[in-house]
Amino acid sequence: MTVKEQGIPLWRDDRFWKVALQILAVLVVIAIFTLLGYNLNVNMQQVGIEFGFDFLQSQASFAIGEDLTNYDPSDPVAGSYARVMFAGLINTLRVVVVGLILTTIVGITAGVASFSDNWLLQKISQVYVEIARNIPILVQLLFWYLAVFSKLPRPEDRLSFLGMFYASKRGLYLPWPGEVGRFSICAAVLIVGAIAAFFVWRSRVKAIVIKGESGQNQSMILWVITAISVLILLFGLGWQFPHEPTEIGEIEGGLRLTLEISALLVGLIIYTGAFISEIVRAGIQSVARGQWEASKALGLKSNLTMRLVVFPQALRVIIPPLNSQYQNLAKNSSLALAIAYPDIYSVSNTTFNQTGRPIEVMILIMTTYLLMNMVISLSMNQLNRSVQLRER
Amino acid sequence: MTTITPQNPNPNLSPPAEIQISPINWVMKNLLTPWYNALITFIIVGIFCYAGYGFCVWAFTEAQWTVIPANLHLFGAGRYPSEEYWRLWVLLSIIVIFSGISWGIVARNVTHLFSRNVLIGLAIAALISFILPIPLLYKLAIIGLLILLSLAAWGGQKIGAKMPGLGQYIAINWFLVYLIGLWLIGGGLGLEEVTTSKWGGLMLTVLMATISIALCFPIGVIFALGRQSNLPVVKLFSVLYIEIIRGIPLIAILFMGQVMIPLFLPEGMRPDRVLRAIIGLTLFSSAYLAENIRGGLQAIPRGQTEAAKALGLNPPLTVSFIVMPQAIKAVIPAIVGQFISLFQDTTLLSIVGVEEFLGISRSVLANPNFLGRSSEVLLFNALGFWVFCYAMSTGSKYIEKRLNVEH
Repeated sequence: MTVKEQGIPLWRDDRFWKVALQILAVLVVIAIFTLLGYNLNVNMQQVGIEFGFDFLQSQASFAIGEDLTNYDPSDPVAGSYARVMFAGLINTLRVVVVGLILTTIVGITAGVASFSDNWLLQKISQVYVEIARNIPILVQLLFWYLAVFSKLPRPEDRLSFLGMFYASKRGLYLPWPGEVGRFSICAAVLIVGAIAAFFVWRSRVKAIVIKGESGQNQSMILWVITAISVLILLFGLGWQFPHEPTEIGEIEGGLRLTLEISALLVGLIIYTGAFISEIVRAGIQSVARGQWEASKALGLKSNLTMRLVVFPQALRVIIPPLNSQYQNLAKNSSLALAIAYPDIYSVSNTTFNQTGRPIEVMILIMTTYLLMNMVISLSMNQLNRSVQLRER
Repeated sequence: MTTITPQNPNPNLSPPAEIQISPINWVMKNLLTPWYNALITFIIVGIFCYAGYGFCVWAFTEAQWTVIPANLHLFGAGRYPSEEYWRLWVLLSIIVIFSGISWGIVARNVTHLFSRNVLIGLAIAALISFILPIPLLYKLAIIGLLILLSLAAWGGQKIGAKMPGLGQYIAINWFLVYLIGLWLIGGGLGLEEVTTSKWGGLMLTVLMATISIALCFPIGVIFALGRQSNLPVVKLFSVLYIEIIRGIPLIAILFMGQVMIPLFLPEGMRPDRVLRAIIGLTLFSSAYLAENIRGGLQAIPRGQTEAAKALGLNPPLTVSFIVMPQAIKAVIPAIVGQFISLFQDTTLLSIVGVEEFLGISRSVLANPNFLGRSSEVLLFNALGFWVFCYAMSTGSKYIEKRLNVEH
């Protein structure tokens, strides 16, 4: 009774503090934003710029080195800022998607190689990791661009490898599937085949585990699918090899990668690959020794042990940090600016320099990268959920 | 007189005899069996011989390394006026002396301060400084600094042994050294002022990385606590800040720092380039640090908070004396990792025109006298960063090991 009459002093009341702190936080944030907004308004008025995205429709009139979207700087419609930014976005996505795939391959290879029986291979994997992740990515990118790719010989003295790959100051030439129509049909067939193979494989595992069958029939189907896919890959895609013309001139056929994209890809792949290699190594190490020994005792061969027992368990440890490495690669692709590859960031930078609209450009950049990272993060979380241990 | 050879009192306890493997057997076992390993070995050796030969030919015939010694002062201190270099040397000596003393005090209970490994390290450092093609004065200075380091460490150990309570003042001392350092570099108060536009090189890299990590610490702690908070509004703001900053590339934030900070500030208030860079770096790395610290906070068992509550500590006291110290200790390796990546990230400032280690190299490369020397300069750059980052990551592994032993 006495307590109630006196009441709890306000400053000792938990509920009061909870509300007060939150109101305080809101007030502080609002105050900061009003102040900044006010200053911004004043400053913008002095320069005479009004906030708005109308500038996206006007003509950009600067050329970019690489473009897959028919952007035309001399045309008022096909050369608008919106179009050039879209071209930049496609360039970024190209680097990020190819980079993610290749860096995963490099990282897993190096990570598994650090468990090799071969002493030399093991050491090389370690040395690679220690070198690549202790040198800043920007230094590596500049090194690849200025000190390696820009020092390639002139087109007349191009380097060639097996008569299929060529390299010169004009770029790298790789074999590539030729006609677009045929390529897309074949790619569709391959994707359908892969999906079918996945379901057959699942039913095979089910048959073996639950019904105790041998799974021979499904194995047969899998082999047939594999054989067909290999045939399509080899002959169906219509590979075109770059070849030298009879007189001195350009190399024809195949895919030409410019020096900028090559340097960017090599730098990003090697840098991120080193981190992924460490993640894979830690993941494999986290699998208890007993698992290796038990699967050996059950008579599994070493590659089967890795594939069926160790790697699935390691994946649980590997995927969360892999997620942040993938996001890092996507963000680091913005360093293309330093080597003049026209990705979304460097195109936006030019746009800002021409239009003097920092806020709008910044909002566009932020949205792009946040969306890209969200897509990566959501898909990795989905993957993570599928490999996590299911406990009741 | 017969000498009695000391016998092992209990032969059963002696370790088993080491299996001696002859080098040939070792090579057979580790490199050549089974057959595919032999193949891999030969391919690797072949590639390495080819690449190594190519590199040596380039390094000794084509490369012109004179670009490095000719610009050594630029790499070290940027466009710092040469008549004020003595201030940097004084600062370097102060740092070396204090590192020596701190090392001695921390290692006061070690019987042999200069163990074999330490002596080898010092010898190698002296040897390298002698081999490097730098002016004789620099060589002598480096060797002098090494001697200073050893003397200070020896003295520190002696003092530390007498006054064991000294250890807790190390952090404060370093803070003082930091202030003195800023004064020595920037001038003022009796020294001639050197504007930040003349700071540069490795000095600026180290300076920016250390200032940013120190500044981002409190912000990171606040946002980590905010994200763990049970107040929905505070939590929302923290999550928004952390996730937005982590979602965009650093170069965009630095760009924002260079271009937009002046826009958001009132007329006439225009922080200089280096300060804007530091603001950008701090904002960026505080979000990452907040996530690291959150990891540590999650690792603290609930019982700690409850026990503190039971003892009558109020929430601020609980956080600052019970939870935070344990949380930060748990994530020291992650914080060191964060610092290493911040150190590497300072290179991005070269894009926005700050002449740190990489930035100054790019201006050296733009000098018509050194056109086309990009391989040499960038290799030197890579080596410089590698030495720092590798040393830090090795150090952090060592700390991690020591922390693990304690538990």
